[in-house]
Amino acid sequence: MPTADPSLRHYRREQGLMLALSLPALLVVLLLIVVPVGWLGWQSIYHDGFTFENYRRIFSEDIYWKTFLFTFEISLLVTGLALLLGYPLAYAAHAASKGWSIVILALVVLPFWTSVLVRAYAWLVLLQRTGVINQLLQSLGIISEPLALVHNMFGTVVATVHILLPFMVLPLYAAMQKIPADLMQAGASLGASPSHAFRRIFLPLSLPGVLAGSTLVFVLCLGFYITPELLGGGRAIMVSMLVSRNVELYNQWGAASAVGVVLLLSVGIIFFVVSRFIRLDRVLGVQ
Amino acid sequence: MKTSSPHRIVFALFCAAVLLYLILPILIIAPMSFSSARFLTFPPPSLSLRWYREYIENPAWMQATLVTLTVALCTVAIATPLGVAAAYAISQSKLRIMRIVHGALLLPLVVPIIITAVGIFFVYAKIGLIATMTGLVFANVMLGLPYVVISVVAGLRSFDMTQEMVARSLGMNRLRSFFTVTLPQISSSVIAGAIFAFISAMDETIVAIFISGGQYQPLTKRMFTALRDEIDPTIAAISTLMTAVSFMLVLIASTRNKKNA
Repeated sequence: MPTADPSLRHYRREQGLMLALSLPALLVVLLLIVVPVGWLGWQSIYHDGFTFENYRRIFSEDIYWKTFLFTFEISLLVTGLALLLGYPLAYAAHAASKGWSIVILALVVLPFWTSVLVRAYAWLVLLQRTGVINQLLQSLGIISEPLALVHNMFGTVVATVHILLPFMVLPLYAAMQKIPADLMQAGASLGASPSHAFRRIFLPLSLPGVLAGSTLVFVLCLGFYITPELLGGGRAIMVSMLVSRNVELYNQWGAASAVGVVLLLSVGIIFFVVSRFIRLDRVLGVQ
Repeated sequence: MKTSSPHRIVFALFCAAVLLYLILPILIIAPMSFSSARFLTFPPPSLSLRWYREYIENPAWMQATLVTLTVALCTVAIATPLGVAAAYAISQSKLRIMRIVHGALLLPLVVPIIITAVGIFFVYAKIGLIATMTGLVFANVMLGLPYVVISVVAGLRSFDMTQEMVARSLGMNRLRSFFTVTLPQISSSVIAGAIFAFISAMDETIVAIFISGGQYQPLTKRMFTALRDEIDPTIAAISTLMTAVSFMLVLIASTRNKKNA
């Protein structure tokens, strides 16, 4: 379609070029994530004809819905613990001098660059019966028999919180850095005690960070696989393990797909609800 | 606020404890790997390179190392140019569809990795890419793309595009002006993106568990399988090496960023 206006033609060529430049990357993502996830959805409802059997099973068979329930519970627990440990740390990084702040943030980010698998292994070493923690507690005379710290819920939660804590601290810190310092001073000059000013000014203003960090940790925890598999000892079965077992052990691809779809929908709904309150691209660290 | 009240001391101790919790696993791995003991005790009874020797002399671990390095390097070689081209288009174009493209390129970060892994497994099973190098590389390209895109989009945001326009108005063609004017100035964000893609490919475990097999198993898959059975100290040696590589690469990325900032 030739147009008379050369600037319009130039504009079209320019935009066409931009589309072409982004096409290869887009193709990779389409073929390797959109198609596979779509396939998952198709497979969950189609097996020699349409069937909702796989979904019916999720809601009727104990093992399925109990695993979902357990996964949500453990994710809530992990999120709560991460917030409990992460908020003071983020506050310390925010309030400390520049040097200390850099040290704290560096130590928070450091584990980020260690493979999840390596960290799961480290916790296995630390927490096992003859592990470092048990040896230490025994030599201090605090316990006489080694504690069962791993191959159970405890080990799973310790390692999972460890891996997800940076995802809590960083959004919290970012939100705290946006709070103007003079607000607290204004509060103090008007007679508020430090703890009162913290509760009435700082805490409410840091809530977007709390929401962002909690969402991130919760959603990531919902799909966690390596730590429950290696440290749970079969006692902490999460949704991701249900998916993998249906694929690897029972060859139930339809069931695995349906579980995957429900997990993905849960994540999607959470992101959608949260995105009505805060900007999600910021949560994901895009901007 | 410079009072050393008991509250402040308790607060500082609490933060120190949380920080210790964060770095404890990293601190413990390296000494373990240099231990002479078969069973992991701390502190190690004496130092030795036994587990490193065991690692190097084991052909299965060596093959896995080769696979991991090949996959990571191929991933960087493919994901970096694709990611840079897409990031350039995203930051240049005002088309509304580009926002969708941008969002789509970040999907690998949002979709739970277990779902991605199983989905890819199903598709690969259909087209015969299970237990192949090609399959492993492309899955990792997809997973590494977001890091390149995020890093380069941020780099281009602080780059003044009129410089490229000037070069073009002086007669350079678009491609040359990009390579001689734009790319050198965003090089630190390109390198950072490439390094993150490399680390992502090196550390990737879950997709590899599902789609890799036979002689094309990366380190992480073999480590995972081994850990399911017993705690082999050789894994401490491998973990230490992997962590050292990651930290060195991150150090390179961050010092380069400072230089250019």
